[in-house]
Amino acid sequence: MAATFHGVGATVAALSSSSSPSNSFGSKKLLSSPSRSFSVRKRASFTVVRSDGSVNFDLNSKGRRAQQLIANAVATKADSSPVSSSSKPGHELLLFEALREGLEEEMERDPRVCVMGEDVGHYGGSYKVTKGLATKFGDLRVLDTPIAENSFTGMGIGAAMTGLRPVVEGMNMGFLLLAFNQISNNCGMLHYTSGGQFTIPIVIRGPGGVGRQLGAEHSQRLESYFQSIPGIQMVACSTPYNAKGLMKAAIRSENPVILFEHVLLYNLKERIPDEDYICNLEEAEMVRPGEHVTILTYSRMRYHVMQAAKTLVNKGYDPEVIDIRSLKPFDLYTIGNSVKKTHRVLIVEECMRTGGIGASLTAAITENFNDYLDAPITCLSSQDVPTPYAGTLEEWTVVQPAQIVTAVEQLCQ
Amino acid sequence: MALSRLASSSSSSSRFADLLKPLCSAISLRRPISTDTTPITVETSVPFTSHQCDTPSRSVQTNAKELLTFFRDMALMRRMEIAADSLYKAKLIRGFCHLYDGQEAVAVGMEAAITKKDCIITAYRDHCTFVARGGTLLEVFAELMGRQAGCSRGKGGSMHFYKKDSNFYGGHGIVGAQVPLGCGLAFAQKYSKDEAVTFALYGDGAANQGQLFEALNISALWDLPAILVCENNHYGMGTAEWRASKSPAYYKRGDYAPGLKVDGMDALAVKQACTFAKEHALKNGPIVSVNLPHQLEKTLVFFITHFSVYVNCVIFLMPKAHQATEYNTLLEYCACFKLFYILEMDTYRYHGHSMSDPGSTYRTRDEITGVRQERDPVERIRKLILSHDLATEKELKDIEKEIRKEVDDAIAQAKENPLPESSELFTNVYAKGLGVEVYHQNHGSEYTGGHERSFGADRKEANFISFDPTHTVKKPCENHETAEVERKSPAFTG
Repeated sequence: MAATFHGVGATVAALSSSSSPSNSFGSKKLLSSPSRSFSVRKRASFTVVRSDGSVNFDLNSKGRRAQQLIANAVATKADSSPVSSSSKPGHELLLFEALREGLEEEMERDPRVCVMGEDVGHYGGSYKVTKGLATKFGDLRVLDTPIAENSFTGMGIGAAMTGLRPVVEGMNMGFLLLAFNQISNNCGMLHYTSGGQFTIPIVIRGPGGVGRQLGAEHSQRLESYFQSIPGIQMVACSTPYNAKGLMKAAIRSENPVILFEHVLLYNLKERIPDEDYICNLEEAEMVRPGEHVTILTYSRMRYHVMQAAKTLVNKGYDPEVIDIRSLKPFDLYTIGNSVKKTHRVLIVEECMRTGGIGASLTAAITENFNDYLDAPITCLSSQDVPTPYAGTLEEWTVVQPAQIVTAVEQLCQ
Repeated sequence: MALSRLASSSSSSSRFADLLKPLCSAISLRRPISTDTTPITVETSVPFTSHQCDTPSRSVQTNAKELLTFFRDMALMRRMEIAADSLYKAKLIRGFCHLYDGQEAVAVGMEAAITKKDCIITAYRDHCTFVARGGTLLEVFAELMGRQAGCSRGKGGSMHFYKKDSNFYGGHGIVGAQVPLGCGLAFAQKYSKDEAVTFALYGDGAANQGQLFEALNISALWDLPAILVCENNHYGMGTAEWRASKSPAYYKRGDYAPGLKVDGMDALAVKQACTFAKEHALKNGPIVSVNLPHQLEKTLVFFITHFSVYVNCVIFLMPKAHQATEYNTLLEYCACFKLFYILEMDTYRYHGHSMSDPGSTYRTRDEITGVRQERDPVERIRKLILSHDLATEKELKDIEKEIRKEVDDAIAQAKENPLPESSELFTNVYAKGLGVEVYHQNHGSEYTGGHERSFGADRKEANFISFDPTHTVKKPCENHETAEVERKSPAFTG
């Protein structure tokens, strides 16, 4: 397993451009030719989801190992085997640490990168993503803002117009609703309305999604609101590996990127390569290749899907799981190839049924691959309700693995 | 005279006109006034009013060259806006068109006080600010008419004029949204140690926006070289300022931030105020505490006040037993020299809020004519020029004629300019070549006229599967197949 992963790391390192600051051309090459790089990327992008430090889900090996189920999407236990980490290549860390590592590396690499958000500096970030950065880079590069999302997002965009590369953190994605005008009109549209004069290389990131009884206002899924804004890119990370990769790619991108993190995924642990690597912003991740049905998912629902996949495999199904990662634009190339192979699609998302990512994805797939579908696309989404506080109700709001299993069974009849 | 008229009327051969120009000037015996830089001191019409700071002097240093430049620029802006009015009524300009005539002094005076390194950002009444920053008339009219030669390639329109190379950041349609952007520009200037300032302009209507106060707070907190300029034309579209604001003293709204109220119809006053604000916004001296004997303190404060340009650093020496209160007061006093100003420009617009607003339902025509007679910025400069004998009446009229012609030429040129290509619909959505590359399919067909067709980013697959490169494209709806192709590839034209 370690050897395989090392191979992954090497491939990735070879693919990704060198870490010198002037590698923009290299990264452009990487980013603008997804079709070419994908074939290599396919091999490279394993999902080594290591929660509790014990699972290594090798996609290419013939025999499927019995794996420990990820009982819930939050892995909070510390790695129980510290001895093993020293002998393997790469290093193990939690998702929020991976984000921080990516951010730190980019801030070192490019002095124009700065972070602004509430309590990101001295406090270290409410989810510790920016911990230690203020002491390292100073108050001018890691800025504690007052509670004024509209204006500090606007300021980030204004700074980006001049060439700075701010990373704006919304303490919770839901708070960015207050900055919607800035994100939609200024962030998304300025490149267009100025006829290409200004690029807005801003990254807007923050945790969203349904957490553990956080209440309705703090459990919002902003990706469904932002998805129509022209000119922005949206990505959702789900593992420490792609969190770091996407963070770095987002910072290096000339386009405004919204990076959606999930409150419950911050403590996921994984071993990631030591080398500098980035993940392609427009590419989906093949989590588990299969033959019978394509399951498209992202962020936290990936783990519910993988849990359901275990059950499905035991029942004799062979689901193909793709973490779409790129919410805007969709990686229709990967998705298309998968649909052509399996002819059945199940979308599992955390957005609400109405107007969510799943709804758009359903439309995009139907529009482009209708001929390849043997059955209508099934989309499992959260209920169209404000997320309740009570634990059981909250559980019923989001899609559970059992529902995924049922849906696949129905789809494959 | 005749020759000059000939020169001005021959629009076809500019070379002919060029040849005639020296002849004309020789004939009209124009005095070499345009390059005269001997200083002239002029008093501003109205004294400045200040909040939490001292006022700049009412005596403004200027010279003949500057005054004539003012006159020319303001007359050009006036003519341009009136021409835009006619074009709008002729339906060549559509949508929203917010005209700046009456307010030219703000744009021109500000420009005279700053360099192209300083940034300006404003709202949607941006035509003249764009020109002041170096934009050409062709770019203005072409953008207004949605042509390719427009400053934003025809894709922005009246409210989205930008000029990156002279640090003009637009051009924003949503009221007040440009103020946080402006503070972001100031932040970038501070970050990159640019030694430049940002002027973030907004109107009396936007002065009630929450994001303005948010941005103000952050800018003051972080010591940003931002100067917020409220162009108070007293009407937020149809609502007079007294009906919208509890406190129409916009220069005082900064509370802790120093503010200055300026006669915005006097270009020289605007220039003075902007110079004053810029100087103070750039000053950042380390302050170490002190306790001085009272007399010495007064002298020091006087010195700081009047020679602030030269004071880079104020060092105070603190004996052990200092009085905390005195220290704080002194610090507060000095804080007003640090940065961040709010300038309120008392100005007026002759047109309505936009072309769809007649401008007379909420104010009387007498008021408009009254302001035009008493406070018109162009007239003021004209009177100054004439009273100081810097040019004759006739010369000024000639300048105006020249300007008229220039504007007419630019309009003619803009009218000739083509509309954007259909492929322009998809360009500049994302930064080209990076990340999301808009897929271009280069297929000539009878109804795309051989132009590139672009597809939206996530329709990449459409080109691999449904669009067969060898497929002959027919007119839409001729058969089911084509219709299907059309459905998948919505960028079809025709």
